[in-house]
Amino acid sequence: MSHSTDATPGHAPTARGYLIGFVLALVLTLIPFGVVAFGLLSQGMALIVIAIAAILQLAVHLRFFLHLDMSTEQRWNTISILFSLLIMVVMVGGTMWLFYSLYVRHMMVGH
Amino acid sequence: MKTVLAAARADTEVNFGFWVYLMSDVIIFSMLFLVYVDLSQRYAGGPTASEVFELRGVFLETMALLFSSLTFGMAMVSLHQGHKSRVMAWLGATFVLGAFFLGHELSEFIKLVHEGASFTRSGFLSAYFGLVGTHGTHVFFGLIWVVVMVVQIQLHGLTAPIASRLARLSLFWHFLDLVWICVFSTVYLPGVMQ
Repeated sequence: MSHSTDATPGHAPTARGYLIGFVLALVLTLIPFGVVAFGLLSQGMALIVIAIAAILQLAVHLRFFLHLDMSTEQRWNTISILFSLLIMVVMVGGTMWLFYSLYVRHMMVGH
Repeated sequence: MKTVLAAARADTEVNFGFWVYLMSDVIIFSMLFLVYVDLSQRYAGGPTASEVFELRGVFLETMALLFSSLTFGMAMVSLHQGHKSRVMAWLGATFVLGAFFLGHELSEFIKLVHEGASFTRSGFLSAYFGLVGTHGTHVFFGLIWVVVMVVQIQLHGLTAPIASRLARLSLFWHFLDLVWICVFSTVYLPGVMQ
């Protein structure tokens, strides 16, 4: 991954790359919508399918549309997104913990 | 042409700065999603999620945004090939798709308010309008940005500063589609099933 010091832009976007990303994203959109629209699965299974399709589609968008990878050009972008994920885990996880704790204490008063 | 292409590269310092801004938006949206998930069952005797959401409309909005990601990608490909008129045409297509998305979303919002399902009705609806409205506001500013870029290209052609700005608009636009995946997977699809 050391070719990026080259003065010529090595990562010109290609129509092929965008089309591959688009078709993958389309399939990963049609699957969860189809499951819900036609009631193919039980609610629990449908939620799992929706979650997996969403995570896969996020990866497809990051790779094919936002061109995120571990090359030298993109390294700081990737590091900053990983840092944001860490902050998200702390904030979202911490808030859920707090909400749950409040919920449990609130219920205790009632009994 | 070489300076134009160099300016559109993703590893320039200004693009990294813009990326950091997008990451701060990630944090904002993650908290809005958290609030929505927490309040998504608090109907306060008002309409429930499955009564409020319409799958067909959400599907149309999703398709419009996904196709606009493709058209914007094609605009970036045309930029690298130096085709000014094609860049303009693809940006125009992106604007039309984005405007369709936003118009459809706004008409849904107005319909909900008229049905008495406004953001003041319940915790669920407050969180819904807050989250989806924030995304819609981003799309609105993205559309303004597209118009500004089309005017700049018309006036100045495909210069290095303009190619650099288009690279950041590209990040912004694809990021909005990314957030929308989370919206339909967290809000609409689970809501319709309830």
